[in-house]
Amino acid sequence: MNDFLHIPILQVLPPGWDLGWSLMLIPLLPLAGFLLLGLFGRKYVKNSSGIIGTTLLLVSTALSLYTAYGYFFEFGKVDGVYQKIIPVQFTWLQFSPGVSIDMGIILDPISVMMLVVVSFISLMVHIYSLGYMKGEERFPTYYAFLGLFTFSMLGLVMSSNIFQLYFFWELVGVSSFLLIGYYYDRPSAVAACKKAFIVTRFADLGFLIGILILSFYAGTLDFNTLIERLTSASAPEFQSAITSSFLGVSALTWALVLVFIGGAGKSAMFPLHIWLPDAMEGPTPVSALIHAATMVVAGVFLVARLFPVFSMSPPALDIVAYTGIISALFAAVIACTQTDIKRVLAYSTMSQIGFMMFALGVSGQGGENGLGFTASMFHLFTHAMFKALLFLGAGAVIHFIHSNEMKEMGGLRKYLPVTHISFLIACLAISGVPPFAGFFSKEEILLAAYHHNAGIYWMALVTSGLTAFYMFRLYFRIFWNRSAIVHGEHHGEGGFAMMVPLVLLAVGAAAAGFIPFGNFVSSDGKRPESVFHLEFSIAPVAIGLVGIFAAMWLYKKQNDRAAAIAKSLNGFYKAAYHKFYVDELYLFITKKILFNLIGRPAAWFDKNVVDGLVIGTGNTTQVISEKIKGFQSGKVQQYAIYFLAGVIGLAVLFIYVWK
Amino acid sequence: MNLTLLILLPLLTAVLILLMRNAQQVKWTALIGSTLQFALAFVLLFAFRNERAGGNEAQMLFELQYNWFPALHISFHLGVDGISVAMILLTAFVVVAGVLVSWNVTKMTKEFYFLLILLSLGAYGFFMSLDLFILFFFLEIAVIPKYLLIGIWGSGNKEKAANKLALMLMGGSSLVLVGLLGVYFGSPEKTFDLMTLSQLNIPVEVQKICFPLLFVGFGVFTALFPFHTWVPDGHSSAPTAGSMFLAGISMKLGGYGCLRVATYIMPDGAKEYADIIIVLSTIAILYGAFATMMQKDLKYINAYSSVSHCGFVLLGIGMLTKTAITGAVMQMVSHGLMTALFFAVIGMIYERTHTRQVNEMGGLLKVMPFITTVLFIVGLCSLGLPGLSGFVAEMTILMGSWQHPDWFHRIATIAACMSIVVTAVYILRAIGQTAMGPIKAEYANLADAKWNEKLAAVILIAGIIAIGVAPFWLNDLVSPAAEIIMNKVAGK
Amino acid sequence: MMEPGLYHLLFISAALFFIGVFGFFTRRNLVTMLMSVELVLNSVNLNFIAFNKYLWPNKLDGLFFSIFVIAIAAAEAAVAIAIIINLYRSHHSIDVENTEELKF
Repeated sequence: MNDFLHIPILQVLPPGWDLGWSLMLIPLLPLAGFLLLGLFGRKYVKNSSGIIGTTLLLVSTALSLYTAYGYFFEFGKVDGVYQKIIPVQFTWLQFSPGVSIDMGIILDPISVMMLVVVSFISLMVHIYSLGYMKGEERFPTYYAFLGLFTFSMLGLVMSSNIFQLYFFWELVGVSSFLLIGYYYDRPSAVAACKKAFIVTRFADLGFLIGILILSFYAGTLDFNTLIERLTSASAPEFQSAITSSFLGVSALTWALVLVFIGGAGKSAMFPLHIWLPDAMEGPTPVSALIHAATMVVAGVFLVARLFPVFSMSPPALDIVAYTGIISALFAAVIACTQTDIKRVLAYSTMSQIGFMMFALGVSGQGGENGLGFTASMFHLFTHAMFKALLFLGAGAVIHFIHSNEMKEMGGLRKYLPVTHISFLIACLAISGVPPFAGFFSKEEILLAAYHHNAGIYWMALVTSGLTAFYMFRLYFRIFWNRSAIVHGEHHGEGGFAMMVPLVLLAVGAAAAGFIPFGNFVSSDGKRPESVFHLEFSIAPVAIGLVGIFAAMWLYKKQNDRAAAIAKSLNGFYKAAYHKFYVDELYLFITKKILFNLIGRPAAWFDKNVVDGLVIGTGNTTQVISEKIKGFQSGKVQQYAIYFLAGVIGLAVLFIYVWK
Repeated sequence: MNLTLLILLPLLTAVLILLMRNAQQVKWTALIGSTLQFALAFVLLFAFRNERAGGNEAQMLFELQYNWFPALHISFHLGVDGISVAMILLTAFVVVAGVLVSWNVTKMTKEFYFLLILLSLGAYGFFMSLDLFILFFFLEIAVIPKYLLIGIWGSGNKEKAANKLALMLMGGSSLVLVGLLGVYFGSPEKTFDLMTLSQLNIPVEVQKICFPLLFVGFGVFTALFPFHTWVPDGHSSAPTAGSMFLAGISMKLGGYGCLRVATYIMPDGAKEYADIIIVLSTIAILYGAFATMMQKDLKYINAYSSVSHCGFVLLGIGMLTKTAITGAVMQMVSHGLMTALFFAVIGMIYERTHTRQVNEMGGLLKVMPFITTVLFIVGLCSLGLPGLSGFVAEMTILMGSWQHPDWFHRIATIAACMSIVVTAVYILRAIGQTAMGPIKAEYANLADAKWNEKLAAVILIAGIIAIGVAPFWLNDLVSPAAEIIMNKVAGK
Repeated sequence: MMEPGLYHLLFISAALFFIGVFGFFTRRNLVTMLMSVELVLNSVNLNFIAFNKYLWPNKLDGLFFSIFVIAIAAAEAAVAIAIIINLYRSHHSIDVENTEELKF
């Protein structure tokens, strides 16, 4: 029998670091916020619900930072290697001996790093929303959903069991669905939230089957045991996973590729990216939190979590690398043509996640080879800062101008000075200009790619040029280009609540690069040797600057150059503007094939064939009885004739047949 | 605890209902009676857990046996194991919620509640019976009231639906009866006693004939493809509580029968036909899901999705692993709660909008936040959201199915996994069209749920969340019993 | 002049039987039909008596049977005539064509 309240503390921590309950509070506080505001928010605490949610999260963030401090500086390192610590774990659902879903908390460099990122960005968004969402009718509901999301995301990053991760994985999916559909009376928002949910759900199918395969071969769902069994070449589990194959590909590779499909769906990798631009229908702070900084990197996190296993299967890693780079380049091209500022940012997110993905794909396990892993995590960290900043800045702009369209904007630098500066910092960071955060992380990624695969390196270089170009296109179109047209009254930058997060994140985006990240996060927990080469960074910085100046030349002042270039690239520009028609392809597949070729025939078959058989049986019975009831005519003499015929028949039978 | 209480209490309630003078008294009697049932089911749960914790490892607990018809070896033999307790709990939840949502029934109230309570009596008896004849007796008690519930209080083409349902279910139970008689005469010792039969080795030839009879017979109840067509018509015509009982309890009678009677006493037959069961249930899962996509009536949507979800139950049974069978029982409980809640919500919406067509609704979230929130929860449960019961049950079945390493089982499992995506499509479509979007002018003044509706929904949601958040208690309850069945199948 | 034997009697009885059956099938008047039934019954009586006399001359079983048949025939006639009279009261006819209501 299970006892819910008795939760074993598995690993003994140094005195003063008894983290059982305080660790569990990190995700449970936002959950409490969700329950509290969801159940009572509408009636009792309508106006203070934002404060309640933010306060709870503040505590949770403080606990995360405390944990991170403790892990990285006090107890995490044993003999120079960061350990995987599982302070809390209990069996949630036992399937068969050894295979069970355990709810637990794992502390290792990436989970602690993610803990900080998620709680910090979420806190920023909570604070920002106090100003941005003020006066909304469903204000408590909004904070309740934010709490649900934060709970699920924190649970996801701390999962010690692959099925536990899947559990929270689905929960973040549904909170994303709820938040995208926050403005539920807009048909476009409804369509977007359904699309986001269904596309990621489709990808999760791969994840689920991947889990099933992994659990079958490893005989466990626990991450540590799973990784242990599937990475040592001598383990029988690993041998069986490598030797059994389907279509010439080993079971291990299949499992990893399927798991990666799940990750690709959540992280909006090509071709499962179509939901991300539409997800911008949600409130902008939500886009900053979920669709830029945290949830969409869950796919990267998943691959990183299983990285030791991935490193045993080069084909799977290649798929990760190529999907990443293709998505990065593809999204960057589209981002150059979009006019909705949130969509530009959405494609930029996709592109940056592509960077993280291929960085993992080109990485190896351990030592110098593990550079890509560290770089990917580093980029995840810095990207969370500057992309959240970009979205929140865009939110301030949208709040000010009441539109998402670039053509409504221009010259806003005078009206929104704080937003302007922080946006500029974020743009410089994402473009990889030293000394801002993005420079360091992108540098490492490119270096890792350079060592591993020249083709990927050159594509990545082009992409980072494009990144600089479209980001500064966005920047100049919003803040320069022409003089501002401001209609009537305006409410400035939205007050203190909206400015504080901008400033804090701007500091992060400017300075996060100086964190010696490699010391903390690496593929094997050891501190790698320093690999920074100054001469290597000339090319990426140069191409970044080219992109920036090109954007400046085209967009700083109003002119026709951009339109002329677009015209000269007519077909290609149009295709990119229409996102290369991927949406239309999906629509064709779902509407035409799924609904018309499967759903409709199934419904028809059921109604006419299966039910037809049932009704047919009934009708046949009826017809037959209709026919034979004529015998019961009421005519006495007719009965007598049947009687006589019967007697004669029986007589014949008895005399001649049965003797 | 004495198990006859669970039969006497509904019986007493039913008799009292007949003695009441007006509708108000009838309703309160029914509510009090069903609340007592609810309490009693929990008493049973805790008594059961106590016994087990106290080291009582007998297969069936609280057994009692009276001679009923010694000449034919029929005895009144009751007893429960973990699976029965789970199903009794489910019944108690659904009954109390069903009584609450029928608060507005004005036509022949007394008879309506009488039949509802009678149905619950049949269900409790069925889940406790350890004698096949008694089991059949209670099965029939649980079937016949449904004909009247649909025929009298139904809507739409109710006579036809009632006929179809009654005839198909009667057809199913006649197969069951033939199967039972086959077992009786085919077994080495002429007996109807389930426990005795499970100890005997019924000849393989008898099993080969009787297993399909029993399995298909019970399968009709639980929407075994292609005998599922009573489900959409029956549900769409039934009154709200009728649909809840039908989907929440009656369909589970079949699943329980397939497991407890067919599979348990005839394991060789089960092994013989397992592949066919898997094929049929996989078809039901996918095909039910795809057929749901094209439905426009909320009740049809839930009815077809029930076909798909009950396919999981049969898939779990057909897979014949301990995990899968545990999952099948969990899925029965989970689906029972969920589908009862779904029908309750549909009833609430219908009472207000007077339509069940999804494309005629829209934006109901604005005027009925409570009801639409419940709709969201139940929809999310249906598509297997973690934290709600559907996820636990379906994942357990899938994990159990995956234990077979051969391609046939693998493909069936993957096909079943796919239905999860299709489920998401139709659920989101239904929710999106009813709850979200701009609201229509004629619905702008509708009222939200009343106390009885809220209470009913909260009770069922509590059950769904209790399983979804803490599945281990259900797992602890069910899996030892599933293991006994599996040991029998494995020939231990 | 030949002594009449079993076959003669059986022949008469068979003839009587089929005349009765024919009458029962073809007549429309219920009383006439009743009379035909009497013919059938009497043909059976004749059979009993004939077999009794020629096959087991020192037994009386056949005679007893025919007495039973006569008694039953009387009872039957009483019941049948009562039905016919009632029918006549309600339908004003004793034509068998008019008594078809008891069907399906």
